[in-house]
Amino acid sequence: MEVPKELEKKADEAICHYPPEEQRSAALPLLHLVQQEFGFINDDAISWVADKLGVEPIKILELVTFYPGFRQAAPGKYHIRVCRTLSCAMAGCHQTMEKICEIAGIDRSNVSHHDPVAVSSDGKFSIEFAECLASCGTGPVCLIGDDFHEEVKPGNAKALLRQYK
Amino acid sequence: MANPRYLEGKKPHPREARMIFRNVDRVGWKPSIEKYLEDGGYKSLKKALKMEPAAVTDEVKASGLRGRGGAGFPTGVKWGFIPPNNSKPVYLICNADESEPGTFKDRYIIHQDPHQLIEGILISSYAVGAKIAYIYIREEFPEGAVILERAIEEARQAGLLGTKIAGTGFECEIYVHRGAGAYICGEETGLIESLEGKRPYPRIKPPYFPAALGLYMCPTIVNNVESLCHVKHVISMGGKKYSRLGTTRNTGTRILCVSGDVQHPGYFEIEVGKLTMGELINDLCGGMKKGRKLKAVIPGGSSAKVLRAGETYTIRDGDGEKTIGLSDIPMDFDSLAACGSMAGSGGVIVMDDSRDMAWVLNNINTFYAHESCGQCTPCREGSLWMKKITDRMLAGGGVPSDVETLASVGDNIAGRTICAFGEACSWPTQSFVAKFPEEFKKHTKRRNVGKFLNPEAKVAAEGLIDKN
Repeated sequence: MEVPKELEKKADEAICHYPPEEQRSAALPLLHLVQQEFGFINDDAISWVADKLGVEPIKILELVTFYPGFRQAAPGKYHIRVCRTLSCAMAGCHQTMEKICEIAGIDRSNVSHHDPVAVSSDGKFSIEFAECLASCGTGPVCLIGDDFHEEVKPGNAKALLRQYK
Repeated sequence: MANPRYLEGKKPHPREARMIFRNVDRVGWKPSIEKYLEDGGYKSLKKALKMEPAAVTDEVKASGLRGRGGAGFPTGVKWGFIPPNNSKPVYLICNADESEPGTFKDRYIIHQDPHQLIEGILISSYAVGAKIAYIYIREEFPEGAVILERAIEEARQAGLLGTKIAGTGFECEIYVHRGAGAYICGEETGLIESLEGKRPYPRIKPPYFPAALGLYMCPTIVNNVESLCHVKHVISMGGKKYSRLGTTRNTGTRILCVSGDVQHPGYFEIEVGKLTMGELINDLCGGMKKGRKLKAVIPGGSSAKVLRAGETYTIRDGDGEKTIGLSDIPMDFDSLAACGSMAGSGGVIVMDDSRDMAWVLNNINTFYAHESCGQCTPCREGSLWMKKITDRMLAGGGVPSDVETLASVGDNIAGRTICAFGEACSWPTQSFVAKFPEEFKKHTKRRNVGKFLNPEAKVAAEGLIDKN
């Protein structure tokens, strides 16, 4: 794995936020940096983070497999997370999900608890349900990459996706 | 400080008492330190730095401030649990993992008024003797993390962070630490494990009370975003004066987040206990949607026990015992507890008569099944069983014994787990099934007995329910 200098620099900086004898604390920040850079976290990246922090790779792998925010496979160019939880569901998030999948050409029939992300055939979009995005008053809500969108209904889904070229 | 004006369409309701949300949706407001200083920002910090740390804690104790994250534990008392003869470093953690479904208050504080939070963190760090504070922010707030980092940098440039803060001997660093999408990180010991770079398996109490054995086994205070913001106002007005806001034992203001089947969902900052559930729904939220009737309310985030329209409760106030209905419940910690539920995180989810309670419970059960950390068997297995049973009911495969089985699974989780997630996941099932038995029976049929032993196979075959 080739690590860009900038990433190495940011990682070293993140490690400084924790006491010198507690560097393992930087595991989540480093994994975020890796995922931001490469889109997902592979075995090489896990070994790199483990080396950086002086822990066994299993100590990093167990984080990647536990936390829903980390991915081990490449998402689409734009990753969408639609809130699935009660207030958004009452506001129609399942219809929103269906509509986005239809527009983006995503087939969700094979998703499961351990493999929740579905990618469009052209690789442009990927999608998954999220467990509460904490904006229950303006549902259905979704995140596209780091952009937050409120009141995403089947009627305005097309216009929303068009912003992502 | 001028009286703020608010954006058109986002004006606070006249019954609101904006303090924490003073700058939310304010005309001409920006989350920058210039604006914050112009508005009198960081004066409370400077005031606190002239006091003894113990005196700051005493003010917070006198204010009666109770934690706004869910449990409602008195903040000053929590701070007082740090062992008096402690020689280890002390840490302060701001819990910005806002993830209880129905709750969306911390998002607005972080996005629109980050310096209020930083000021609250600095005052609190000074009081408890912390030189390092971490803001543990959920991964789903990427923009919030950037805003906080920028605000921290601004505070540093202004001499309000680092060493010699505001020209005094006080030193403190604040770091933003992003989570990775796990609800259990809102539980304080789970959060601490996560901050140590581990899976967020909650620790058992005793002995691991964070105030004694927290982050890196050092004394650690974990407070919610809103609670820390209140500390600023407690110092600004003095604990005693603050305690006159709200009602006895339920002091101050708090932000209620309303979602679901009301005309105008949103956030409302009220004096605690000075408003009833009925006033909240009918006046502040404009009532139920057209032609619909109130059916049920979850009053404090999705783990709070559901309240059914038409129920009566016996509560005790200054005039003695009285019987009240759902609409008459004062929105405070003790009244909601007396009604068998909780004020929790302030997330009020309103449901009208079009809602199928089995569908609602299934949605909640799916959340908790997804979020159980898996450490304790009753919760790991039970949360999934409760989801599977409601899955099966909604898929048309429910059998009459399911209602009883569902209740019994719920009854066997609460009280049998390391952390309060056990209660959080079983309270919805226990309360929904007890209060709406007919809605669950509707989804069961005698002719299904023996047919659908594996609900997943049935569900998967027919694609009836989302697999998440």
